[in-house]
Amino acid sequence: MDERKEDFVEFQLLDGQFFTKIPRKYLRRKKFQMPDKSQLKAFIPGVIQNIYVQVGQKVRRGEPLLVLEAMKMKNDVNSPVEGKIKSINVKIGDVVKKDQVLIEFSDFED
Amino acid sequence: MLKKLLDFFFRKKKQVLESEKTAKEKQTKQGKLTARERIERIVDPGSFHEWDMFVQQASTDLGLDKKFLPRDGVITGTASIMGHPICIYAQDFSVAGGSLGLAHARKITKIMDHAIKLGVPIIGINDSGGARIQEGVNSLAGYGEIFFRNTRASGVIPQISIILGPCAGGAVYSPALTDFVFVVDKISKMFITGPEVIKTVLGEEISMEDLGGARVQAEISGNAHFFAETEEECFEQVKKLVTFIPWNNRKKADPFPPKQPKVNYRISELIPEDPRQPFDVRDVIRAIVDDSDFFEIMEFFAPNVVIGFARMNGETIGIVGNQPKVLAGVLDVDSSDKAARFIRFCDSFNIPLVTLVDIPGYLPGVDQEHSGVIRHGAKILYAYSEATVPKITVIMRKAYGGGYIAMCSRHLGADFVFAWPMAEIAVMGPEGAANIIFKNEIAESPNPEETRKQKVKEYIEKFANPFVAAANGYIDAVIEPDETRKYILHSLFISRSKEEQTLPKKHGIPPF
Repeated sequence: MDERKEDFVEFQLLDGQFFTKIPRKYLRRKKFQMPDKSQLKAFIPGVIQNIYVQVGQKVRRGEPLLVLEAMKMKNDVNSPVEGKIKSINVKIGDVVKKDQVLIEFSDFED
Repeated sequence: MLKKLLDFFFRKKKQVLESEKTAKEKQTKQGKLTARERIERIVDPGSFHEWDMFVQQASTDLGLDKKFLPRDGVITGTASIMGHPICIYAQDFSVAGGSLGLAHARKITKIMDHAIKLGVPIIGINDSGGARIQEGVNSLAGYGEIFFRNTRASGVIPQISIILGPCAGGAVYSPALTDFVFVVDKISKMFITGPEVIKTVLGEEISMEDLGGARVQAEISGNAHFFAETEEECFEQVKKLVTFIPWNNRKKADPFPPKQPKVNYRISELIPEDPRQPFDVRDVIRAIVDDSDFFEIMEFFAPNVVIGFARMNGETIGIVGNQPKVLAGVLDVDSSDKAARFIRFCDSFNIPLVTLVDIPGYLPGVDQEHSGVIRHGAKILYAYSEATVPKITVIMRKAYGGGYIAMCSRHLGADFVFAWPMAEIAVMGPEGAANIIFKNEIAESPNPEETRKQKVKEYIEKFANPFVAAANGYIDAVIEPDETRKYILHSLFISRSKEEQTLPKKHGIPPF
């Protein structure tokens, strides 16, 4: 590891700032984000096989919303919230990526 | 007689010379040495003796009967490295991609059984495309038998894996079960599921190198312990390692002639006054060990804790040190894993432990908590408490809170604990402590900042020193930094015949 003066930075801990190096793995770590409950995201990449709901429809928690086929499995995707369908961003046959927003909710309750 | 001899020579030629020629052609194209070359470059010249040379594939199904697979794709044998006896095997990628068939696996398990029975280290060179599909479940059985022996031999004989080619899927669990894994840049590839599968299933695109190349394994995943640019450099590392470790768990590592550290390192000049300024703990290590020779393990992974072997008075010791130069020397998930496994290796193989402490605490963060820093951090407590080899601790500067306890404190069974005069042994650092204890006074003061500074100063004077701990007998002596080697040497001498009886049990349940 080549050492350069500028590699050293102020690093904040409970006991003040320490002058130290930060490894790449630490810099690349996934920073925590509160999950956004107003959106339903694809948990795995796949193909939308079926959509059970329509825009404006009220849904209950646990109600099946759509079928996402991935790894040869037809996965029922259920509503994580109680609320109203604000928009459906996919249609049957769409190929979706991981974390792509599929459905948005309004007036929802956790 | 002559006819028999000629027949033997002919057979041997076919197995050795001809297969070596093919191997040479195929391996050179990939920038790799052949299995035989690898063995010969690791072991002492002329010491290698090959066994099971005439073994061939066990199966004749699916066209295997028409193939010539010399040695079934693996060379096994015994040899010496710098005079130390070892068992060794090397997979031959030029024979059916080094694929593991039943006979191949039996050769490996046979040499492993030898190593276990004879009490010598086993070295495995991995260069294989994986299971031999034609041999079906027999190939899987072979892997299972290897993993079983890796596990049963763990803590009995040192096990070394050298990854010099692909090592993917289930096959990679054998190295993972061994004590030390060596990788070489651009040659080693390790993964459970390859780029193809990841792309098909998750749509994530990544190259083989970025997924499981040598650099990734040495820096990000922590699967590899040693990284080298070339095979030659890797072999030098292997040889050096072998000299530091004993043949088996009933022996001590072979002693070397004692040497003084190189004089150009003076500890008192290495340490900055301000405890928030960094220094390189490896310089302190070099200042106290024989010939200033520190053999670092896992240099690139979790560098906030430094581990490795060195010698003092000619005898091998294992060193664990916080590294103030990286992440202020905190403990986190990765560094706890790294240190804990090393401590357990040293304990298994009768290598005394020297711990150098300068720790501001555990690393805060959601990612740390969610990755299980509680469970991982507990490993280091477990490993130190469990270890019965001589344990010597030097508190250099900060030793705060849980970090103080974890870094082989008296309370975890350290035999000798020393502290430098600038050591701060406390529940937390002065800033944090003053802010909590004097919260109201600071808030109600007409000049809060002034009061805060005053209170921090008060705290420093009262607690940020080694004398409270010394008064309680938690440390045995406050020593000058430049006396550190002297005190460690004495402690090692006194604890030479240490033996500790532990409670009868089958085995503990460490927080894996």
